[in-house]
Amino acid sequence: MTEYEPVIGLEVHAQLITNSKMFCSCPADYQSAPPNTHVCPVCLGLPGTLPVINSEAIKKIILTGLALNCSIAEQTKFDRKSYPYPDLMKGYQISQFDLPICYDGHLDIDVDGEARRIGIERIHMEEDVAKLFHRTEAGSGEGYALVDVNRAGVPLMEMVGRPDIRSAEEARQYLVAYRSILQYIGVSTGSMEEGSFRCDANVSIRPKGVLEYGTKVEVKNMNSFRAVFHAIEFEIERQSKVLNEGGRIVQETRGWVEAKGETISLRSKEKANDYRFFPEPDLPPLIVKQSWVAEIAELLPELPIERRVRFEDELGLSPYDAGQVTASPRLADYYESVIQHYIEINGPSGTIAKSAANWTITELGRLSNDGQIPVEDSPLKAEYLAELIGLIDQKIIGTSQAKIAAESMFTTGKSAKITVEELGLAQITDSSAIGDAVREVIEANPSAVADYMAGKETAAKFFVGQVMKVTKGKANPTIVSELIIEQLEAKK
Amino acid sequence: MTDQLQRLTEDEVRRVAKLCRIGLSDEEIERLRGEMTSLIAEVSVLQSINTIGIEPTGHAVEEVHSVMRDDTPRIALSVVDVLSNAPRREGDYFRVPAVMDNGEG
Repeated sequence: MTEYEPVIGLEVHAQLITNSKMFCSCPADYQSAPPNTHVCPVCLGLPGTLPVINSEAIKKIILTGLALNCSIAEQTKFDRKSYPYPDLMKGYQISQFDLPICYDGHLDIDVDGEARRIGIERIHMEEDVAKLFHRTEAGSGEGYALVDVNRAGVPLMEMVGRPDIRSAEEARQYLVAYRSILQYIGVSTGSMEEGSFRCDANVSIRPKGVLEYGTKVEVKNMNSFRAVFHAIEFEIERQSKVLNEGGRIVQETRGWVEAKGETISLRSKEKANDYRFFPEPDLPPLIVKQSWVAEIAELLPELPIERRVRFEDELGLSPYDAGQVTASPRLADYYESVIQHYIEINGPSGTIAKSAANWTITELGRLSNDGQIPVEDSPLKAEYLAELIGLIDQKIIGTSQAKIAAESMFTTGKSAKITVEELGLAQITDSSAIGDAVREVIEANPSAVADYMAGKETAAKFFVGQVMKVTKGKANPTIVSELIIEQLEAKK
Repeated sequence: MTDQLQRLTEDEVRRVAKLCRIGLSDEEIERLRGEMTSLIAEVSVLQSINTIGIEPTGHAVEEVHSVMRDDTPRIALSVVDVLSNAPRREGDYFRVPAVMDNGEG
């Protein structure tokens, strides 16, 4: 059987965060607005109207281009793309064809410790379409659609990646890294669930060692990072099977069906060149002054990769931990804030960077998953996590008590001190109290004592477990161990 | 030039009509074959211009460039006005025939 190499390129649409739409002054926030309330003659496509470019959208796409190592065009233009569907009232979409604003960039990702550079062909500006709601007539069963024009005209940025991706995992990482950058530079909310961030994938395969590309299939309807991964995996499998059975790949658009875990054919793209692009007559070319680009470059904040490297170098985090805590800018802010608060309370520490990372990634990560709420939005404030880690370091509570406290704090939002007090989690460090518990346990287990006397060192561990049980896990384990050895040795 | 130009085929006219989402009768197609052929002939005079070495322009009017506006939102129309020309509506929505072939964003 032939071994195949996948060739994958992603096209990603992201809505830009602006107050108004791309070509008119209608408010751009369509999510919460009642239907058809953010609409004007321009986005309705009424005769006699003219589009005017939103400078903020252009600024944000340039910022994106700069963050992705793109060249920025000195002169750019808009084009009409014929679009005969009712979700664009004009019958066309204003997009960009041959002179996109940003071009020739790249994004570096790290896949299983291997650095990969994935090219970006272009990033261009266009407008979003209206929302369609599909309905069925009660009597006749006939289908129809309802149109809400609020979303039509919202600034939409399309990034076209080069076919440099070689696996579903690489595609997922590339998408995560791209979204992370958009969030860091504050140009898009990047929410796949809310539809402000959408990804299509072009997938083809070729026999290993062959340079020529195979026939590509465009995959749509992937609404999560997981879906992108699984849809691409499925498509690679499907195409390999077709070729191995002597079949031919048809150039087409396929849709990912989450419930079935497979892609299905949507429409044939073989006669697809019907967009009939031509220069937008209502918008003359746009000159992008290099001085403006330089000003925008000044606005570039620290990017995820830079922050990751800083966390590795300055805080000594492992690449994995650094990658995890910098996944979103707000999570990274949260993490840094934990360290800052810790140092304010306890002074400098050599261990806080690592322990704060562990708590943020593992424990809070789990609570965040269970509660479906991002760590940084949870009621557990960074300040209180710092306080909690401080309590562990001062041996006031043990790690298992701290986990119980964190779980409670994650929903109540109460401080660590109050939580530990309310739940009675403080460690018993009083030697005489622990000594009583140790005596009790030793007396109750003569056979284990005999084992120890016979030289079986593991018996001591058994006693530690028993004492922790008696004290409901609140005894300081170091003191417990010391006292057990002391009392057992005294019996010799 | 008109003489040298092949008359558009019936299929070509049908294809353009389909792309424009308009229905045509057989007589209309026959008539448009002639009319569209002469229109193309009219415009094809442009093909005789030698454009070698001439920079492409993005717009018909030279030296005119787009201006940009500030990102300030304004409400322009009431829902009543927005829907006033709708051939069909349901609640505050436009109502349109089913979309068989979903387009792309």
